[in-house]
Amino acid sequence: MFEVRLHGRGGQGTVLAAGILAKALVAEGKHVVAVPQFGFERRGAPVAAYLRASETPMRAMTNIYAPDCVVCIDSSLPRVVDIFAGLRAGGTLVQASRLAPQDIVVPVSVATVAVCDAVGIAREVFGRPITNTVMLGAFARATGLVSLDALERALEETSFRDGGLAQNRRALALGHARTVVHRVERREAA
Amino acid sequence: MSEAVEKIAPSTGSAVAKKEPRILVCDGNEAAAWGVVLSRPDMVAVYPITPQSSLAEYVAQFVADGVLDAELVEAEGEHSVLSVLHGAALAGARTYTASCGQGLAFMFEPYFRTPNLRLPIVMSIVNRDGITPQCVWGGQQDAMTVREVGWVQLFCETVQEVLDTIVMAYRIAEDRSVMLPVNVNHDGNYLSNGIVRIELPDQGEVDDFLGMPDVNWHAALDPDRPMGVDPLTGGATGPGPALFVGYRRGHCEGMQNALRVIVEVHEEWARRFGRRYAPLVEEYRLDDADHALVTIGSMAGAAKDAVDAARDRGERVGLIRIKTLRPFPLDAMVAALDKVRAIGVVDRAVSYGWNSGPVHQETLAALQHCRHRVPCLSLIGGLAGADLTQTHFERAIAETAKLLDAPCPREPVWLNAEDR
Repeated sequence: MFEVRLHGRGGQGTVLAAGILAKALVAEGKHVVAVPQFGFERRGAPVAAYLRASETPMRAMTNIYAPDCVVCIDSSLPRVVDIFAGLRAGGTLVQASRLAPQDIVVPVSVATVAVCDAVGIAREVFGRPITNTVMLGAFARATGLVSLDALERALEETSFRDGGLAQNRRALALGHARTVVHRVERREAA
Repeated sequence: MSEAVEKIAPSTGSAVAKKEPRILVCDGNEAAAWGVVLSRPDMVAVYPITPQSSLAEYVAQFVADGVLDAELVEAEGEHSVLSVLHGAALAGARTYTASCGQGLAFMFEPYFRTPNLRLPIVMSIVNRDGITPQCVWGGQQDAMTVREVGWVQLFCETVQEVLDTIVMAYRIAEDRSVMLPVNVNHDGNYLSNGIVRIELPDQGEVDDFLGMPDVNWHAALDPDRPMGVDPLTGGATGPGPALFVGYRRGHCEGMQNALRVIVEVHEEWARRFGRRYAPLVEEYRLDDADHALVTIGSMAGAAKDAVDAARDRGERVGLIRIKTLRPFPLDAMVAALDKVRAIGVVDRAVSYGWNSGPVHQETLAALQHCRHRVPCLSLIGGLAGADLTQTHFERAIAETAKLLDAPCPREPVWLNAEDR
């Protein structure tokens, strides 16, 4: 089982991204449960979505408290929300940021940091900072859990409020191509 | 309709293009809307309310896209929604609506009247907790509050079960020995917005299963069959008390008939579509159990995981899940309860009058008919969207196991009391 928590702000398409990822994983034969965090639906407010993928069927329709991977599609959110809460040891962070992965401050539970300038790509593609599909490309690059091909097909089955299919395809591809993945080396304490 | 679905589905962005059975990856509200599409109602009336809103939007979109050939009434409020459907049903239409929480409260006047008119309306309740304090999240306080109104009430565990049960609900409601409205309940948040893979049954096969609407043979607004609908009855003069008693007794008989019909319809569904659900009461790992949890709705998934974990540790524990709450499945429940020596009932709602949960009170009533006295603890959790995880159910199992050799507390256990 692999558990993912997606963080974003209302209006960026965090919950929609979880739905697209669910479609792609199902197309690749995985069992999936995706549940959004329930909060007030306001633009700009922190939101989260949970996704659980497994080779075997799952019954629990619950939130996720100990994710293997955290995807943060907003660069300013880590200042507001503890995005690392409960992250399992050896976990992966996929972060929207212009910083280099080595410059991102992470707790010891993080073994892999993947960074993507999602806002830059989104401005280039949509003219607006809508980062959800960009960060799905980054997630695929960082984890290898889902293929770009399956994500593209899932995009085709999704109706978008912001941007068309062609734009979102391009956002996905650029997100995948321009993500830098860094394995954190930890020295033994002296 | 199957043509329309094939034609329209790709543009709605909901369906994965695959061979039979069609696969959808969607949440419970979209699954419910597909269940409505497959049931081909003639008229749908809705007013949006969280967490039902996206269900109403999916149905409206399906009507706009031609996927669902129904008349859609966007009424000014829930009272009008159900009043509109009264007229439609009396004119012979198959009808659908969905609501919850405060919307259901505003609907109460016609809601109270629907089963007495014996109108086979199907209505989803996307279960929501009651206000106040302010809360727009899941909980079953809405459905539990109206459990004595006379509707059939079914509670789903999974997204697939939501779709399947909405279709089955029309067969149950329109059965000539039942003729009662049916609430198909699915938990707000965890089922309404939880996304999983589901199978979409073939429209032609659903058409064969459901048949044509059979709605107003007994009471009609029809110029060709003029009749007095809803006559003045009761009192000590005029028609006298007997006529009114006849209506009430007939309603109770229809509810009892529904127990048989619910079982038959679920069996036929399993034969035709290959998915088998316990129609009244599900028994999970119960046969050699010492103690058991009673659950209702979507919480059963995490609860079964907790039962499996306890079994792995050598505990003899099982689970009972109530699918049909109204009519109460007394025989099936007694048969299940008789297998164990201690019971813990987990409610997603509060019974203020009893300082416990509504399903706890239902279970206590059923225990009266068991061979032995079985202690029965009330546990309350999942209020206002609170999560009920495997950890919560492991605690529920532990609290229930205590009853095997200690007196049963009268206070309920509040499972989320320490969750911040």
